[in-house]
Formats: sequence, structure tokens, C-alpha cells
Amino acid sequence: MFGQAIDKYAAPENAYTLAGRLAPWFGWVTMFLLLAGLWDSLFLAPADEEQGESYRIIFLHVPAAWMSMFVYVVMAGAGAVGLVWKVKLMDAVARASAPTGAIFTFLTLITGMLWGKPMWGTWWVWDARLTSELILLFLYLGYIALQAAIDDRRTAARAGAVLALVGVVNIPIIHYSVMWWNTLHQGPTIVRAEGPAIHISMLIPLLVMAIGFTTYYLAVLMQQVRCEILEQEKNSSWVRALAAGGK
Amino acid sequence: MNPKRRKLLITTIFIVLGAGAAAAFALMAFQENLLYFYSPLQVAKGEAPVSRPFRLGGLVVHGSVKRDPHSLAVAFELTDTVEKIGVRYDGILPDLFREGQGIVANGSLTDGVFVASEVLAKHDENYMPPEVADAIKAAGGAVPTTHLRERQN
Repeated sequence: MFGQAIDKYAAPENAYTLAGRLAPWFGWVTMFLLLAGLWDSLFLAPADEEQGESYRIIFLHVPAAWMSMFVYVVMAGAGAVGLVWKVKLMDAVARASAPTGAIFTFLTLITGMLWGKPMWGTWWVWDARLTSELILLFLYLGYIALQAAIDDRRTAARAGAVLALVGVVNIPIIHYSVMWWNTLHQGPTIVRAEGPAIHISMLIPLLVMAIGFTTYYLAVLMQQVRCEILEQEKNSSWVRALAAGGK
Repeated sequence: MNPKRRKLLITTIFIVLGAGAAAAFALMAFQENLLYFYSPLQVAKGEAPVSRPFRLGGLVVHGSVKRDPHSLAVAFELTDTVEKIGVRYDGILPDLFREGQGIVANGSLTDGVFVASEVLAKHDENYMPPEVADAIKAAGGAVPTTHLRERQN
């Protein structure tokens, strides 16, 4: 039963249509959440006792950092399903996730540097947290390069899945780096055993931004998966009909 | 599940576990090189590479900061609440530098004094509005500060 449902929605044509219907909804929700989240972050949330106004970059930095790891796990998970069960749609999801994940990682590093200069007194240090996040960016770029270097899509998907799965080990390292080793980067504020160490008035905009980043990823994923499906199925009759001017 | 998929699934799990084990061994082997700084206690125990420049991290001891009125020179003490080390520095301090703050200094140990060439501030993972911090202090409680101490044991 489960298999039949997957087969139905994983059928390229159905997935293409479904993604096309969902994408604009995710887009509108993203716009609403990011506008509300930014308003709350920049105008309603109070200044921080220790860091003053500079801490506000947390509202971009932390959601971007979470997404950089979440998208990677989705990419590796989809790659694994594509590898083992030969679901082409999952290959498309993995491939379509990489650029967005790379952008989130880049945003994490840039906002972190902009935060580090005024607070720590330096743009960059080679501590375990910063270095492991930089390695994540290289993993994404390596994955994208690998996809671009292999012409055959099946081979590219398989090679990419193996690379993504090997790199998954970096995800717990990023999260636990600040607990396992002395780092300049502070420890976790939200995801920790004692509960969040952030005032509720700052936590709410942070979570709104995080959900907004997630729906942004989903909106972009839907659009990019559609492109991947068209590319994958370019020789099928329904894509030919679509290209010939059908709906 | 057909045998071919089962084999692929086992291979996939093996790849993930293999990469995890390899990473764990590599990180354990490089454990010391991955520490961004050493605490005064580690220096006292002889765990820090005192023969070459290294980074020293700790909290600025209350009442220990002495500034030279005619230059940027400053002297203060760093502690991990167990051991203390005096630090000398001539340069611009980060904005967050204050007594009780977590600090990471880069430099070397000369005659028992740590001469720093760079001082970085470490901020903690607690975020609260100033009014809340004031209320906690007014109630006689301690505002949560950096976890530097606990992590160094």
C-alpha cells in the first residue's frame, strides 16, 4: 500500500504537477513569515544585555546555520533512497537541494563573520565550529561540481549520493564541535539539554525566521525539482507534449 | 525487499558507519590540535605548548584590570576559577572586553606572564534584554555567564 502511494506520487508527471501547485503557496507563506520575522527581529525584539544591538544578526545567522545542516541531511537522505530504491524523484530532490544548501552555508559564514568582527574582534578564526561549517560549504560545492562533471544522470546521482553520505559525518561534528572542544564560538543556545537560553521575546522572531527559511527552501526546491524532472524525462511523451505547447 | 536492494542498503549503511568511524578516529588522534585555546589550569598542568606561541582562554578576574593612562598597554589576570595567569597586552581591546568576560588571548608565556599579541572576546550563549538582567541582579541572583568553565574540566 505504502509502495503504491509512493509509486503514484513519484511518477514524474504527477510529481511535476504537484510541485508546480505547491511552489507558489510555499512562496507566499515565505514572504509573509520573513516580513513578519524581520519586523519582529529588527524593531520589536529588545537589545541584548551583553551585546547590545549587534546580536540581531542572530536572526539571520542561526536560521541559516540550521538550514545549512537540515538541507544537507535532506540531500543525503534523498540520495540514499535514490541509491537503494532507485527512486528517480529522490535523485532529483537531492540534486535540486544542493545549490540552496550551499547558499545557506555561505550566508551562515558571511553573517558569522559580520558578527565576529564587532563582538570577538576578528572576522575569522580556525576553531572547530567555524572550520567544520566551512567544510560543509566545500562538501556542497564538491557535490555540485561532481554533478556537473558527470554527463550520465544515473551515474552522477549515484556518485553524488555516496559523496553526500560520506559527508553526513560532518553534521554531528558541526553541532557538537562547541561542546567537544574549546572554541571561540559560543555553545548552543536553543538546542541544548537545559532548554533555550534566550528570552522569549527574542526566541519568537528567531523561530519565525527559521520557519520562513524552511518554507523558502521548500518553495525553491519545488521549482528546481520541476526543472530536474523535465531534464530527466526529456525523451518521454508528456515532456515532448509540454514542450510542443501543451499545458 | 529483493536481494539486490538489500545488498545496496547494507553497502549504504556501511559507507555511513565507515565514514563515521574514520572521522571519529581522526578527530581523537588530533584531539589536542582541535582545541582553540588552553585554560590556565591546563597551563599549570603542563598540557599547553609553552615553548611556542599558543592561545590562552579564561575569564577576566574582577578588579585585576590595570590600564596604563599614557598608552594602550593593559594588564589583567585570566582565570578558569581554579588557576590564574597574568596577561600583558599592548593594543586595542574588543568592545566586549570587561571584568568577568570570557577572553581568548594569543601570545606566549615569558617568566610566568602571558604576553599577548591579540585579544579576542568570547561571548556566551545567553541572550536577554537588559531589563531582565537588571531584574535578576536586583533579586540577588547571578546573571548566567559563559560555560567556559564547565567545558574545560
